[in-house]
Amino acid sequence: MHSLTKDQSPWIPNGKEGVMSLLRPLLLDVVPTIQQTAALALGRLANYNGDLAEAVVKGDILPQLVYSLAEQNRFYKKAAAFVLRAVGKHSPQLAQAIVDCGALDTLVICLEDFDPGVKEAAAWALGYIARHNAELSQAVVDAGAVPLLVLCIQEPEIALKRIAASALSDISKHSPELAQTVVDVGAIAHLAQMILNPDSKLKRQVLSALSQIAKHSVDLAEMVVEAEIFPVVLTCLKDKDDYVKKNASTLIREIAKHTPELSQLIVNTGGVAAVTDCIGSCKGNIRLPGIMMLGYVAAHSENLAMAVIVSKAVPQLSVCLSEEPEDHIKAAAAWALGQIGRHTPEHARAVAVTNTLPVLLSLYMSTESSEDLQTKSKKAIKSILQKCTYLPALEPFLYDAPPNILKHVVGQFSKVLPHDSKARRLFVTSGGLKKVQEIKAGPGSLLQEYINSINSCYPEEIVRYYSPGYSDALLQRVDSYQPLAN
Amino acid sequence: MATLARLQARSTFLAHQYYFRNSAVDVFRKKEYDAAVKIQSWFRGCRIRAYLRYLHRVATVIQKCWRGYLGRQHYQLIVKLEFCTMKMNLYNAMAVRIQKRWRGYRIRKYCFNYFYLKEYLKAVSETNDAIREALEEFAEMKEREEKKADLEREEKKRDYQARKMHYLLSTKQIPGIYNSPFRKDPDPWELRLQKAKPLISQRPKVKQKRGVNISNRLACTSARSLPQSEILPPIDRKQCQGPFRDITEVLEQRYKPLEPTLWMAEPINELKMAREELRKQEWMRNINDNMFLPFSSYHKNKKYIPLMHSSSKYGPNSYGSQHFRDENPKKWICDKDFQTVLPSFDLFSKYGKLYSKAGQII
Repeated sequence: MHSLTKDQSPWIPNGKEGVMSLLRPLLLDVVPTIQQTAALALGRLANYNGDLAEAVVKGDILPQLVYSLAEQNRFYKKAAAFVLRAVGKHSPQLAQAIVDCGALDTLVICLEDFDPGVKEAAAWALGYIARHNAELSQAVVDAGAVPLLVLCIQEPEIALKRIAASALSDISKHSPELAQTVVDVGAIAHLAQMILNPDSKLKRQVLSALSQIAKHSVDLAEMVVEAEIFPVVLTCLKDKDDYVKKNASTLIREIAKHTPELSQLIVNTGGVAAVTDCIGSCKGNIRLPGIMMLGYVAAHSENLAMAVIVSKAVPQLSVCLSEEPEDHIKAAAAWALGQIGRHTPEHARAVAVTNTLPVLLSLYMSTESSEDLQTKSKKAIKSILQKCTYLPALEPFLYDAPPNILKHVVGQFSKVLPHDSKARRLFVTSGGLKKVQEIKAGPGSLLQEYINSINSCYPEEIVRYYSPGYSDALLQRVDSYQPLAN
Repeated sequence: MATLARLQARSTFLAHQYYFRNSAVDVFRKKEYDAAVKIQSWFRGCRIRAYLRYLHRVATVIQKCWRGYLGRQHYQLIVKLEFCTMKMNLYNAMAVRIQKRWRGYRIRKYCFNYFYLKEYLKAVSETNDAIREALEEFAEMKEREEKKADLEREEKKRDYQARKMHYLLSTKQIPGIYNSPFRKDPDPWELRLQKAKPLISQRPKVKQKRGVNISNRLACTSARSLPQSEILPPIDRKQCQGPFRDITEVLEQRYKPLEPTLWMAEPINELKMAREELRKQEWMRNINDNMFLPFSSYHKNKKYIPLMHSSSKYGPNSYGSQHFRDENPKKWICDKDFQTVLPSFDLFSKYGKLYSKAGQII
């Protein structure tokens, strides 16, 4: 009967009450194998569906499981921990139900067991419980799980290491205090050692754990950095596995965003180049943390932004901007470019030279872009334009831009043209002066002032020549001209 | 009296003359009076005018001096002011020069060093290139390793297959599948089959019964254990010859517990343990745990500071201070270090000093 139930369990999603009442007495059976199989069946049922998990909780099976967890052999412990994990993963309420029946203490006791399989199952269950919110995490920490998880990380079995790392990551992601608890047990040193492990799934979890720790505050980020992860983390950026790359760039982003000094450290170890290459080698959501990291580094100061430019990040970002299909990645790329270009004319020039400004403008104007993308590209354009003195990049803007951006463009021209004679000549020959004359501006507005200051750079005849309707005026004069009668 | 007469005669003449003269003079009196007045007034006027002129001149002189004095004062004031202004301008100009130099120096030295920035950016790009190269190498190395591992796995698989299919090898009489007579040279599989060792199907390992091992044998020395034999002796055994001692006595004798000598009864490391005991007692009694060093070695109680290279983050590296050989714990047979079990005995010190003269060269 027990093997029947076990085999059929993946296929019975309905009739749950019947199943529960069938399985419950089996849990109390004398034969240990039947108990184990019944627990396994329960676990599989609960794993499949949230409703079934609720039924498990309602059927009062959990206290029995918890009670017998303490006493039985390792197969039963594994199966029982599997049930707890399967129930706890669906929603915070179910996880809270597990905590309420006192399962945490028994799970922590299981963490001290000799068998690595039992430890793995217990750690997995704890990780899934702690994943939902901060209170549940706090409950897991209060049960004393964290030091044991750190001990589990040091075990030789790879699967156990993976699960323990992912449990630590889930615990520390909610709040700085929880992350501090994890750090106080000395987890960072062991996690940092495991970055060099060749197993890619382990690396994923370790990097995710470190980034969850580092994201909360400057002190935590500094502690992670002190564990000497640079430049070793940069090798993870070249890994074959995409998620390892993503988590590594997430870690670097979380460290870079806190202070200029941390960003400086990352730049000094060559992190920017590594991240740029990583962005170039992957697609889609994997790129997103790397793009944001570049934006954060450039945002801190102009020297760092210059360092980002020197690492050839700007062409890569403009490639991302043009070829990515998703709006949120484009928005991130636009924001990053804005942060790079907004500091000084040199920076703006470096961004403008790669021809990204027309792309940004088109994104801003297109109706298909999301609001977020539109606001970000508008801000980026504005901040770059206010410092841009590279006129060949500004000229296309005279033709396509909407009035609010046109104001800034014309303003920039009015700042640059009075001082540069070559630029003035170029402006005339490329038809820019003609376009400026055609712009209609309200009298006394800022735009009109800019137009006036541009016009004052040129002799009056030229201005009149290019003003609209000049050819008609000339023809009218021809018409009204009386040749002198000789 | 004569005179009086004369005078009386003359008196009318005199009177007439007096009257006539007075009236004649009267005519001219006004004129003369007017003329005299005129002359006098003119003369007074001249005098006054001269006096006025004199006064004017004098006043002019005074005013001239006074105005000159005032003017000079004013002029001096202007000159002073001008001088001050000139001085201040000079000072300002010099101060601007100093400030210009100082500000330039300060910005270049403390706030922003352009050349340092350029150097820094160059260093950053060099580091970037180095990192890019290193990462490329790393990726290449990984790929190579993977390829190698793949090839090895393939090789192993093929080898295993060849071992399984060993019976397809061609014999002298019959050419095998892979050695078709119509081919010029045999198929590579043929060569592989030749090289492969035939695979023996593994028999299930006989589960060895846990025989009597050492510990069990030693346990026999306790009075409680009896011989563990599964098979009872046959019942129809031939009677053994001779008077026999009582069986209980025999068994008692045979399974008497070991009564080791005093020397054997002590644990083998009793000296060491006795020393430990002594040390513990001393430690209990001691007030000061530090050994008193003689004054000559007073300078030797400095703590040894290990090299940074040999001490790591997670505690000092014992290599270099506690053990000097590279140890490979994986190769150790057991965890404990070798212990001296038997005390050393001097065998060869008695060589030639024994009583017997056998074997001595005469």
